[in-house]
Amino acid sequence: MKTAEVEAQHSSSKIPDEWFQLKEKDKNASEVVSRPSLSYWQDAWRRLRKNKMAMLGLVFLVILSFMAIFGPVMTPYEVNKQDLPNQYQAPSSEHWFGTDSAGRDVFTRTWYGARISLFVGLVAALIDVFIGIIYGGISGYKGGRTDNIMMRIIEILYGIPSLLVTILLLVVMGPSLFTIILALTITGWVGMARIVRGQVLQIKNYEYVLASQSFGGKTARIIRKHLLPNTMGPIIVQMTLSVPSAIFAEAFLSFIGLGIQSPYASWGVMANDSLGAILSGNWWTLFFPAFFISFTMFAFNVLGDGLQDALDPKLRK
Amino acid sequence: MDMLRYMLRRLLIALVTLWIIVTITFILMVTVPGSPFSDERSSNEAVQANLEAHYNLDDPYYMQYLLYLKNISMLDLGPSIKQPNQTVNDLLGRGFPISFELGMITIIFAVVSGVVLGIISALRHNGVLDYLSMGFAVLGISIPNFILATLFIQKLAADWEFFPVATWSSPMHMVLPVAALATGPMAIIARLTRSTMLEVLTQDYIKMARAKGLSPWKITFKHALRNALMPVVTIMGTLLAGILTGTFVIEQIFAIPGMGKYFVESINQRDYPVIMGTTVFYSTFLIFMLLLVDIVYGIIDPRIKLHKKGGE
Repeated sequence: MKTAEVEAQHSSSKIPDEWFQLKEKDKNASEVVSRPSLSYWQDAWRRLRKNKMAMLGLVFLVILSFMAIFGPVMTPYEVNKQDLPNQYQAPSSEHWFGTDSAGRDVFTRTWYGARISLFVGLVAALIDVFIGIIYGGISGYKGGRTDNIMMRIIEILYGIPSLLVTILLLVVMGPSLFTIILALTITGWVGMARIVRGQVLQIKNYEYVLASQSFGGKTARIIRKHLLPNTMGPIIVQMTLSVPSAIFAEAFLSFIGLGIQSPYASWGVMANDSLGAILSGNWWTLFFPAFFISFTMFAFNVLGDGLQDALDPKLRK
Repeated sequence: MDMLRYMLRRLLIALVTLWIIVTITFILMVTVPGSPFSDERSSNEAVQANLEAHYNLDDPYYMQYLLYLKNISMLDLGPSIKQPNQTVNDLLGRGFPISFELGMITIIFAVVSGVVLGIISALRHNGVLDYLSMGFAVLGISIPNFILATLFIQKLAADWEFFPVATWSSPMHMVLPVAALATGPMAIIARLTRSTMLEVLTQDYIKMARAKGLSPWKITFKHALRNALMPVVTIMGTLLAGILTGTFVIEQIFAIPGMGKYFVESINQRDYPVIMGTTVFYSTFLIFMLLLVDIVYGIIDPRIKLHKKGGE
């Protein structure tokens, strides 16, 4: 109190009162935000961009998708065109990645394989998400008895070794693009359903959901408009991580003889075909498919890790 | 008491899962088009009818189903079609011990080395060792085991001749298959251990232990690690499943005469009873391993112990 008075006297003696002017109160100025307001997604993108590894993965995947679409048409060779006189040509300006045992151009086949592998991975992951969201959403939102029964079913399905069932299905139905995706998704959605259910269970008790309910919002609307957008983070992360596991599963199945059959050429089929070749020194037939399987899995994994950090609101600075 | 009820509930679920697998297997077996003997050389109709009668394939489906259930509950997985006078049980008896050995050595190696790598990373957070081991872990997750295996054979066995190329007879023969199979699980365990260790190390009770003046060794292994290992126990079931399916290709590549090799052969020859029998056997094995993991988790979870002490 005392110091304030002293200070007031002090300052008034130094600065004359007429120097001060009353400023008009600016209503607009108080509304100006000093920092740009970032939505959840903008903020996540900002953080993801700082993660060098995740960006490396993203850039690789963008280039890979581009090459998967345009790569096969960039070369004069056809995917399955056999050219026996030219078998096992080392990489050269004519055949950038060399040729395989039947003289087929490995460069063309690699991008063709990218199409198959990415297609299998993405479609399997999307179907998993679709079923998982519906199942997990209903289970988590309804709660109680419904949730109990639905979770018991999940518990039972979770115990089924998925790759064994996949093998069994493919043996019976015969391997094709369609059956491989079907076999991968038949047990693949369980993990996603568990994640969605856990999230929904947590979010459905928040006030904004209660508000929507009290306005008479229907279940489907609440799940679609309120619960799903807020569970998108973990769903996307899980999806980024399930794409590489589908790609791996496809390669694995090709390797044990249940892969996609010709005329398609997936990376797993290419790797399997060229196993014998590497011991005789024709390393390129195995190297390129193996490299792209590994690097694609790497890219999806680091991107998934990065997204996990970027989409976690707790880590917001 | 709670523990017992929990175990019984888990056992019940495991049995239901098993029954579903057996039923799916049966349905798939009868939906395979054609008789299993239709491609035999002796396509004489009378011979085929006799063969079908011999294997009870002329009974109505529900009778076959009941017989199948009965046989499986008596641990009889049926005969092989492509290898005469061999039953699935014979093949399993010969192949499974080898696969089991490969799998067990792999999982022990993966857990020990994965946990050690994870601890080192967590203790040297953001240090050179952390980056090195985590870089290694990302590589381990990304490279499929069959590619790793071919790489090992090509470089370590064929080019530099450090290790024998194939088969399963001496410890030196085991190095490459185990390394190829263990790298993936090891990488997953290392990453998991690291992240939970980092979380645990910031907790109050660790600060307290430090304040008490406990040695870093004791803090790490007695206080931190015990809690950090819980998530590792949780994913053991998934890892086991991965290693088990991994043995299929690893045994194929290294020519190890285990069950995985027979299984892949039976797939290529479309020897349905062997495929089905092996699937049922491996599923049973995995389901009971999962059950075991759950029970072990219940036993070693420190919170459950605390609860017990409070009750006494």
